[in-house]
Amino acid sequence: MTPSPVRPGPVYLTVLVIATCGLVYELVAGALASYLLGDTVTQFSLVIGIYLTAMGAGAWLSKFIERGVARRFIEAEIAVAFLGGFSAPILSFAFLSPRWFHPAFYGLVFAIGTLVGLEIPLLLRLLRRSVAFKDLVAQVLTFDYLGALAASLLFPLVFVPHLGLFRTSLLFGLLNAVVAFTSIRLFREEIGPPGGLVARAALVTVLLLAGYASADRLSDLSEEQLYADEVLFAKSSAYQRVVLTKNRAGFQLFLNGHLQFSSVDEYRYHEALVHPAFALVPGARRIAVLGGGDGLAVREILRHPSVESVTLVDLDPMVTRLARENPLFTQLNGGSLLSPKVTVINDDAMTWLEKGTALFDLVFVDFPDPNSFAVGKLYTKRFYGLLKRRLSPDGAFAVQSTSPLFARKSFWIIDRTIAAAGFATRAYHAAVPSFGEWGFVLAAPKPFDLPARLVPGLRYLSDETLPALFSFGPDMARWEAPVNRLHDQVLVRTYESEWRKFE
Amino acid sequence: MRPSRREAIAALVGLPALSSFLASCREAPERPPFGGVIAGADVLRGHRIRTGELLTRPVARRESVGVAILGAGISGLSAAWTLTRSGFTDFRLYELEDDPGGNARSGENAVSAFPWGAHYVPVPVYGNAALETLLSEVGALTGRTPEGEPEWAEEMLCAEPEERLFFRGIWYEGLYPRAGASRQDREELSRFEREMLRFAALRDAKGRRAFAIPRRRSSDDAEWTVLDRISMREWLTRSGFSGARLFWFAEYATRDDFGSSLDDTSAWAGIHYFASRLRGASPDGPFEEPAAFLTWPEGNGRLAKHLVKSAGNRIVTGAVVFDVVPKAEGATVRWLDVPRNEVVEVTARHVVYALPRYTAARVLAPWRENPPAFLRSFEYAPWLVANLTLSGRPADRGFPLCWDNVLYDSRGLGYVVATHQGDRGHGPTVLTYYLVFAGEDPRKAREKLLSATWSELAQAVLADLSRAHPDLPSLVTNVDVFLWGHAMARPHPGFVWHPDRAALEQPVGRVRFAHADASGLPLFEEAQDAGVRAAEAILAEEGERFTSLLA
Repeated sequence: MTPSPVRPGPVYLTVLVIATCGLVYELVAGALASYLLGDTVTQFSLVIGIYLTAMGAGAWLSKFIERGVARRFIEAEIAVAFLGGFSAPILSFAFLSPRWFHPAFYGLVFAIGTLVGLEIPLLLRLLRRSVAFKDLVAQVLTFDYLGALAASLLFPLVFVPHLGLFRTSLLFGLLNAVVAFTSIRLFREEIGPPGGLVARAALVTVLLLAGYASADRLSDLSEEQLYADEVLFAKSSAYQRVVLTKNRAGFQLFLNGHLQFSSVDEYRYHEALVHPAFALVPGARRIAVLGGGDGLAVREILRHPSVESVTLVDLDPMVTRLARENPLFTQLNGGSLLSPKVTVINDDAMTWLEKGTALFDLVFVDFPDPNSFAVGKLYTKRFYGLLKRRLSPDGAFAVQSTSPLFARKSFWIIDRTIAAAGFATRAYHAAVPSFGEWGFVLAAPKPFDLPARLVPGLRYLSDETLPALFSFGPDMARWEAPVNRLHDQVLVRTYESEWRKFE
Repeated sequence: MRPSRREAIAALVGLPALSSFLASCREAPERPPFGGVIAGADVLRGHRIRTGELLTRPVARRESVGVAILGAGISGLSAAWTLTRSGFTDFRLYELEDDPGGNARSGENAVSAFPWGAHYVPVPVYGNAALETLLSEVGALTGRTPEGEPEWAEEMLCAEPEERLFFRGIWYEGLYPRAGASRQDREELSRFEREMLRFAALRDAKGRRAFAIPRRRSSDDAEWTVLDRISMREWLTRSGFSGARLFWFAEYATRDDFGSSLDDTSAWAGIHYFASRLRGASPDGPFEEPAAFLTWPEGNGRLAKHLVKSAGNRIVTGAVVFDVVPKAEGATVRWLDVPRNEVVEVTARHVVYALPRYTAARVLAPWRENPPAFLRSFEYAPWLVANLTLSGRPADRGFPLCWDNVLYDSRGLGYVVATHQGDRGHGPTVLTYYLVFAGEDPRKAREKLLSATWSELAQAVLADLSRAHPDLPSLVTNVDVFLWGHAMARPHPGFVWHPDRAALEQPVGRVRFAHADASGLPLFEEAQDAGVRAAEAILAEEGERFTSLLA
């Protein structure tokens, strides 16, 4: 029995859709690769090359399909719907595992390319009996290229800005699934009883819909609206929401919605945090960093040849793991946390100070701003008192102390609290465009002169400009601040009221 | 009969919705999906005193000691501590339970230490030598400023955020229900606060404060002690207060400190709660902050443990004292050695009777025959304390988790967080939940409480807290329940300043009383003061040299 000819009209529409989908997956992969790995030109070239090669492989493989062409075509559609649809979530997930990222990434791109490569040759064969060959090739390829045009225009202008990468890829996966359903109907005479195909297509559709729905629910929508830039990574650890975004200038880390650094100007912040204290304690050997799990302060610390050991204490293993394993981070922090001099401890800094006895020459305190009581306790007299027990008598420490401009009162509360714990203090500030005017407090058990000589080769600080950091204009002037204590966290209340004016 | 029993428990916890909740549990498996036990006083041991059966048992062995201290709660332990500090070690402490500490007992599991009862001490605002000495020994009092102001260990002062209230579905900071309060409500609160400042500043002709801690230092001028004759509710009404919010706020205080309702609390005691913790230096200024609290993961268990340690091996536990006979040169005490099941007779030169006063009607020989009439006025509130071990923090709306977390629409007192001091804000924790039967007949409440099963009690606690934390059942890994049949004496109207109560403080021969209930206020400071006083009186009689802590 010869099946009756297939109506070509709907099939051309099918070609248009699958061509659009095919190119969208390629664009998703290219975009993700350049977001996640940087170096856009290389990544796009590589993805396009691998994808086209895979399509060629698919076309070549199509000749081994002898019988049941329609059934194979629909199976390929279902597979593309699944792999292509979930490509953005899978690729982003693979990014969490540095060892598997590259093989997983290029493997998936190759698999999708191969399946997409199968589609057009199989369709051509299905229509062969219904349409003259010259018309067939002309029509199919026309719609194929039209689909490519549609994808290349819609992807950057409509889908990514409005849906984000996750939902774009899931949406096109759903379109592929629709094609699978319509093809089951179009080619019903050739495939015979379609039972298994319908079930598989339905399963993939349900999975894609679930993925789409949970992509919404997992607050990606709000996060993408909250963050002006593309969200690369968004995950809740046991302690906080960790979000990584990227824009043209660089990438940014947010903890609970608060910017921690931007790769563009973080060097200003971290140079200011680290080097003045080193100028007070030349030859410092044993260093501790409390907070600062991004490894950027450690990068600056390791510039000093006298340093023998760095102990980094950060509560959140998710952050220190990103800093150690994520290529964006390791590129920025120079793999600082992988240095044999560095020990990473995931613990509450206050608990860690309390239970240990080892002394340190320099301590860098780099916590998020005191925006909750849980963080506020790390800015109390008790905390600095515990720190004092772990500081060598000739040691010093530096504390990130929020903005003396936006939160002037809070800034000076921190300085006053450190002084109340029995330290000599010198406050200073630095301009960090991503943050604005930012403040630090330098403290030591004994009175000290202002630091004068810095390590050479810095990008922001110099011996000439250093003294200016220690003077404050009237809009950042010191006030008679109270002491922040565990049972009276005046800092958290002050901070909240000060920053509210800017939000 | 399950249903009626469950309804009884629901009524016990005082939740109308709980009846249906418990009814719905009828089909469920008997044990909830977490562990736990009923801990607490061994009811049967106490019961053996009531029946009098022990009085006829033969004495198996005899011993003698200089001072026999009966009861190892805070007053008994403080008496022992005072003796030890003066180098007097010829004493023994006899305790009914297996663990000393009384209301300040505590427990510990893999997550945290936690209190079984009392869980904080306010820092003394006007000096208290005994308390300050003890607090200095445990490292809470670290020194003094050049002006002589005490300096407290920051990590032992209750850390912020201190307290919050679950009100209309959201948590708010503080215990006064401010949300939606009218101007009149706010004015009432402000006037109430000013009144308390005024009371705090009052001094009599001899310079005594009107409301002092310990109570015996307060002025006994009738001008103020007359407030003891009326209830706190009556005082509020007479003073022109009428807002429901203020009445709730004031009653929370009486329930929390005394286990009693506004009607069951003497106005003098109710005012004492607020005014004794204020300096009251600026009656016209803004309301000053009440004294800070000292607290520890195990609550006052920290202080109890210190006192137990200082008593060394002179504490005998599992000792059911059932007979005390005052003699010319001391007293004889008979007690049942529970582990050996034999009766021991002790001859002592002095006895410190540091047991709750109601037991004296069964134990003290002269009172067995002829009990003082006022003894019947001692009324003890039963309490339920539950320690809930959680695998993580419950989700909630509004102000973040505090040390003290109170539910407005609950007869429970809410819960304190054992890991609060130095908390990291994440991970497993232990919540200590308190339920007191204010405004109920203590005997009936006690009977209901003691007849309930662990499963019923644990589910009642969860049902109460789940209204504020719907995800709580999924986080609970263990619920231990502690039943206090006679947790504390209620300062009901007419009790604190009654002349007959004062008369009951007088020793019977060489048997001296030392218990917080003797003072009328169930506070750590009162228990300690009673113990120290009894011990110092004995030291004086023995002719020992010592430095008094009663300055």
